Amino acid sequence: MSTDTLAAPDVRGLQDQLWTAVTSRDEHAAAAVLFTALDAGIDPETALLDVIAPVQARVGTEWAANRLSVAQEHAASAIAERVIAALAHHPAVRTTPRLGRVTVACVDQEWHVLPARLLAEVLTLRGWQVDFLGAQVPTPHLIGHLHNNGADVVALSSSIPTRLPTAHAAVTACQAVGVPVLAGGAAFGPDGRYALRLGADAWAPDARSAARRLADGIPVPVPAVGRQQIDDLPHLSDQEYTLVVRSRPQLVREVMAQMETRFPPAAAYTEQQREHTAQDIAHIVEYLGVALYMDDDELFTGFLTWTAGILEARRVPAASLLPVLDVLGTELKDFPRTTRLLGEARSALDLLAAAVGNNPGASDDRSALPALHPGS
Amino acid sequence: MAPLKEHIATKTQQRSASDLWGPAPYAVIVVDRTGTVRDLNPAATSLLGGAAPGAALSDAAPSWLARAHEETTNSADRPAGDTPVTAPSPPVFRGRIGARSFEAHPAPAPDGDGGVVWWLVDDTDRRLVEEELATERERTAFLAEASNVLLASLNTDRCMHVTAQLASQYLAEAALVIVPAAGRKLPMTYAVEGGAAVRRTVTADTALVPGLSEALQGFPPVPSRWIDPASLPDWLIPEGFTGTVGSASVTPLPGHGVPAGVLVLLRGTASTEFSENEEVFARLFAARAGAALSAARLYAEQSDITRTLMRDLLPPRLDRVNGVEFAGGYQPAAARDRVGGDFYDVHPGSTPDEASLAVLGDVCGKGLDAAVLTGKIRNTLQALTPMAGDHEGMLRLLNGALLNSHHTRFATLVLASVRREENRVRLRLTSAGHPAPLVIRNDGRVEEIDTRGTLVGALPHIEARTVETELLPGETCLLYTDGVTEARGGPLGDELFGEERLMRAMAECAGMPGAAVVERVQMLASQWLHDGRHDDMALVAITAPPTTHLSAVNGHTRGRYTQ
Repeated sequence: MSTDTLAAPDVRGLQDQLWTAVTSRDEHAAAAVLFTALDAGIDPETALLDVIAPVQARVGTEWAANRLSVAQEHAASAIAERVIAALAHHPAVRTTPRLGRVTVACVDQEWHVLPARLLAEVLTLRGWQVDFLGAQVPTPHLIGHLHNNGADVVALSSSIPTRLPTAHAAVTACQAVGVPVLAGGAAFGPDGRYALRLGADAWAPDARSAARRLADGIPVPVPAVGRQQIDDLPHLSDQEYTLVVRSRPQLVREVMAQMETRFPPAAAYTEQQREHTAQDIAHIVEYLGVALYMDDDELFTGFLTWTAGILEARRVPAASLLPVLDVLGTELKDFPRTTRLLGEARSALDLLAAAVGNNPGASDDRSALPALHPGS
Repeated sequence: MAPLKEHIATKTQQRSASDLWGPAPYAVIVVDRTGTVRDLNPAATSLLGGAAPGAALSDAAPSWLARAHEETTNSADRPAGDTPVTAPSPPVFRGRIGARSFEAHPAPAPDGDGGVVWWLVDDTDRRLVEEELATERERTAFLAEASNVLLASLNTDRCMHVTAQLASQYLAEAALVIVPAAGRKLPMTYAVEGGAAVRRTVTADTALVPGLSEALQGFPPVPSRWIDPASLPDWLIPEGFTGTVGSASVTPLPGHGVPAGVLVLLRGTASTEFSENEEVFARLFAARAGAALSAARLYAEQSDITRTLMRDLLPPRLDRVNGVEFAGGYQPAAARDRVGGDFYDVHPGSTPDEASLAVLGDVCGKGLDAAVLTGKIRNTLQALTPMAGDHEGMLRLLNGALLNSHHTRFATLVLASVRREENRVRLRLTSAGHPAPLVIRNDGRVEEIDTRGTLVGALPHIEARTVETELLPGETCLLYTDGVTEARGGPLGDELFGEERLMRAMAECAGMPGAAVVERVQMLASQWLHDGRHDDMALVAITAPPTTHLSAVNGHTRGRYTQ
């Protein structure tokens, strides 16, 4: 598919050079790595997907492991973005559109623009006319764009599962104006299961398969009369999602109030630690909400075990999550699906605790913990 | 009672068939098991054109009835063991006799010898009504589908595609949609047999096709016109249409006071011509397509106008100017808006040594009204840039201009004169009733710049104090509007984001590129809001580029990758 003749070690070498450049915030060096490679004849798509993309993925994992600061992570992304923009001007990258027209956008409140950006560049390279709308595109803007400019397909990117309800609204709206949607990004699950459940017309795990999927053609959806979100997810009729999401602030308040008696170290928290804790709880409720929306246990248990890992990496005992589940369980005991989700999460945490072994000596270094937004 | 019964039985046997069946409201034929007609009532006689008893059924009646008879007598002959326990409902046969359609109901003949009495019930009218009903249902379903698909989009191209596609699927073998052209080229979309629609532009003389130019120019809608297929120009025959055109029609698409276009339908020689009924139907479809197309055109025109008017109101893209990094971020209050009451601009100094002027401000109010006033303020400030050496003087002039205008709104703003000196950036900052600018130092300290002043557009006299500061390489000065600090939300739902939280967030941003600082603050504020309502939020970051950068890229020219 690609015309590059680079052997894998060469690509790895470029990755290492780029990694050094972005982590030392040297935009010029970062650009030089790629320009030199392009001048040497590397395929532009390889540069984007096998050099820049893996380095960005590494930035994310290093942040999660607390080996990169927030500032470094942001700087690295900003540099990558500027380098990609600069690449578009390289002679090796210039193409004229000969295929259809694609709109590439991130769902509203989705700030991780790079995967979508890389896809936009790859599609341009492969001859599509691409309208790149960028990060956090409000659905009304997306639909307005489709009315004004038309598109054969919308490629919709979302990395954070909590945006799934918003993504669902966007998918339904695009299809209602007769444009099929290709969903991509970590939010839709490793196998794209959430994309399918939300009624997306197609899903792709990465930029190359997205390009292939688009080349195969995605049929135009038939606007069914009065199709609504609840038709894809009939369990929403129990209103649990709505009720839980709407009472998020009250739930956070209640958990905070009971935290001190249930988790003694919490009594000694500083105000800032308390705020971080409140944000973490709010985030747990948010994931509970999206798990209710999708009716998917894995979404919630997955998030909690991930959170436990992040907390441990920052020396906060994961056991501090258990009282949160307990209070939520009491507060929401009348909701059967919620009760099931909380129960599953508890067993998952118990398993984890058994595997890791409790570490009562760990100091609570919560002040160093940024809010638990998977990408912040 | 017995004698009476016997009497009737005797009488029945004696009566001739026409006497017996005569008064029956349907045609009746009695046929014996060998297929010979034994009896007919007058209705049957006239129906079968004078057939008489003794004739073979196969000669006297249409073959379908003869076959039905054979089938009925055969099944009656079957041994009793084969017959199901529950008696099946008697079969009904259907067929045509002459121009009419009949149902034939068999009943065992009274002779008890395996003969059959055939009742022929004329169901022609019912059949016609049923067929009509089916056609109507199909058409209603089609029109409903057409309406759904057409109403779904406000995009003209898509409306044309859908119209051509649906018409070629249901109304004719090929369909073309032609819309009025702005120039000489005629935009046209065609589809063949429901296939994918294709868009073309043609340069053609519409006068050659009867009815076409009239319809495109918006003369009163004429009913669809039949045109001689032989007179069709080549450009009207779509690619993929095989064979010769047997019939063709031109139907205007009625718009809302504007000509929406024309639907041309083509049928091959093999298919039937358009019936009057079909023509009415085509017109119903055309009305829907026309309404959708003209709505789409209207929408496109309106959004063109909006786009043009809005162009100067949109926040500009900021980049590096004279060796200083500028980055901006803007989030209007309502998701559907693109503009609001916040604004920012960077007016580059005419030479690298002259200071650039960055402005960020907030007009009281939200939405389009506020945005219009931001436009005026931005224009006024641009005209005043030569005076940027004296911020207070500039603000005084702006204040006067605002007081004299008919707007009753006031504004707060902050001015920043920005000049690169070697690898540092010198700043002169003046706030007019605006939140103080913040500077992120490389050591993680966040400084509030102590400039204060009166807001503009409210009082006849204003005062302002200008403060100077300097950015070392990597340091950033952030100008922001109160939409950021007054974002209400947080985990508990009702807390303000606040200046303290903003400063804490910025302390984490030490050394970050300006664009990343802006994005980080925007992201934290919007996560704080958590889908809640908010005021407009605007941010401008002014950053002294890090030194490593400068050694490689001449500070006064753009790096090749930052274009």
